[in-house]
Amino acid sequence: MKSILAVLTVVAAIVVLWYAACVPMNIKGVLVEAERAGAEVQPPSAKDRRDMSEFGLTINNNFAIPATWEQARPRLPAPHQVAVELWNTTVGKKITSKRSLIYHGWVTLSATLLGFAIGTGLGILLAVGIVHSKVMDMSVMPWAIVSQTIPIIALAPMIIVVLYSVGVQGIIPKAVISAYLSFFPVVVGMVKGLRSPDHMQLDLLRTYNASKSQGFWKLRLPASMPYLFASLKIGIAASLVGAIVGELPTGAVAGLGARLLAGSYYGQTVQIWSALFAAAILAACLVALLGLIERMVLKRMGIAS
Amino acid sequence: MTTENTTQPVIEARQLDLTFQTNDGPVHALKDVNLEINKGDFVSFIGPSGCGKTTFLRCIAALETPTGGSLSVNGMTPDEARRNRAYGYVFQAAGLYPWRTIAKNIKLPLEIMGYSKSDQDKRVNDVLELVDLDGFGGKYPWQLSGGMQQRASIARALAFDADILLMDEPFGALDEIVRDHLNEQLLELWARTDKTIGFVTHSIPEAVYLSTKIVVMSPRPGRITDVIESPLPKERPLDIRDTPEFIEVAHRVREGLRAGHADD
Repeated sequence: MKSILAVLTVVAAIVVLWYAACVPMNIKGVLVEAERAGAEVQPPSAKDRRDMSEFGLTINNNFAIPATWEQARPRLPAPHQVAVELWNTTVGKKITSKRSLIYHGWVTLSATLLGFAIGTGLGILLAVGIVHSKVMDMSVMPWAIVSQTIPIIALAPMIIVVLYSVGVQGIIPKAVISAYLSFFPVVVGMVKGLRSPDHMQLDLLRTYNASKSQGFWKLRLPASMPYLFASLKIGIAASLVGAIVGELPTGAVAGLGARLLAGSYYGQTVQIWSALFAAAILAACLVALLGLIERMVLKRMGIAS
Repeated sequence: MTTENTTQPVIEARQLDLTFQTNDGPVHALKDVNLEINKGDFVSFIGPSGCGKTTFLRCIAALETPTGGSLSVNGMTPDEARRNRAYGYVFQAAGLYPWRTIAKNIKLPLEIMGYSKSDQDKRVNDVLELVDLDGFGGKYPWQLSGGMQQRASIARALAFDADILLMDEPFGALDEIVRDHLNEQLLELWARTDKTIGFVTHSIPEAVYLSTKIVVMSPRPGRITDVIESPLPKERPLDIRDTPEFIEVAHRVREGLRAGHADD
């Protein structure tokens, strides 16, 4: 109960700050509209207003403050505007509508999940190889690290162009970019997890004359599970980012990335922010879902107490 | 050959050497170790840290490879003996898998060695009873006390019926009251199973109380300074520790340890 109160306090503080920030951010636009509508604005000359600070303008024209929260195309939309847009484009629209965020979210989510599956599979395979082969440890790990130092925003268009030229398009290129971002945390976590059994545990298996594969299935793999889930949570969030980034350079017509892009083309800030929030909520749901699966799996294994 | 087997020692070390090459030069972990352990012996290895007692036990288990001399286990090389699953090994920590119940932990070696399902269940029940943990098979390790966990790990080492049991300071991390109790149980178990036991400890009372043979070792280089055949009877209640015989043996062990220290 106490923690809920603390969380709500933080949320309230953010909302208050946000409303406060809307005033100086939007005041210039509001004053232009107000002047056109015939209101008296201080100072009257647009040139003077341009050189004045937003705070000064706010003090001189405090009648305009409520309007900074109600603009059609604000620089910074107010929280309730984003909330209303989110509501209208999710609950208020048919799922099949091209303006429904559920539809766009599903387009992005499907690429995210496919990419996450590919990335996780690849990550686990690489980790198994790295743990069992010194050659792979020395040759693959440095490249895996280098791969993550390249900005994905630079790489994404190339991946899309290259795949398009060999006839692959649609969901696959986005999933590839997703996988590219999500395999890395899985590799790192799984390598650590598979190596987590200590010397004593390995010696014990040696006294049983256990084979390498028995050691893997009975000791290394189960011991790596807590590490795997920690990595998967990072991986799925990275996957979502990958899918959204994959939608940007193609000028895709569907997906949360496409909504972001269209919003910025047409100055629809409310649309941008609602797409951002949709992405954040989607990521939170995915991570929470993985947390739930983690709890169930570890509980079944008897590890979680 | 077969007639010889009855008299042949179960474990025999002759002029055993083990030198580790480290960055600071060679370390003589074991030097000129000669020892015979016969079937049914309870042998304790005692000495200060660095004397090679654990290293010697690990050599017997083929977890370390000696650099000189000869060592045979059941008439084979230690590595052949390991591959024949000649011994069960108990480490200082119980090392139970947290994701397996006690019964499943005990099944681990049985699964690896390919015992049939029904045989596995029977053996688990037998050894759980042997270490006095019947009814705890379905519990997870974290639900058990440290002493019970160590008993479970002993049960795991006993499950596949190796006739040698090697124990590396198995009760070192437990408090004295629990340790006394486990020592008593271990003697009882030894009497019932007729196993040959190698037991590493740094506690003099524990070594004297448990053993038929006490091997006193000293460090730099790790070597045997004294081998004491215990005159105590096989039947040993806890209060045997107040008898003059017990105190005399303990005294001799202490002397041996001191002698080992005198020359450094």
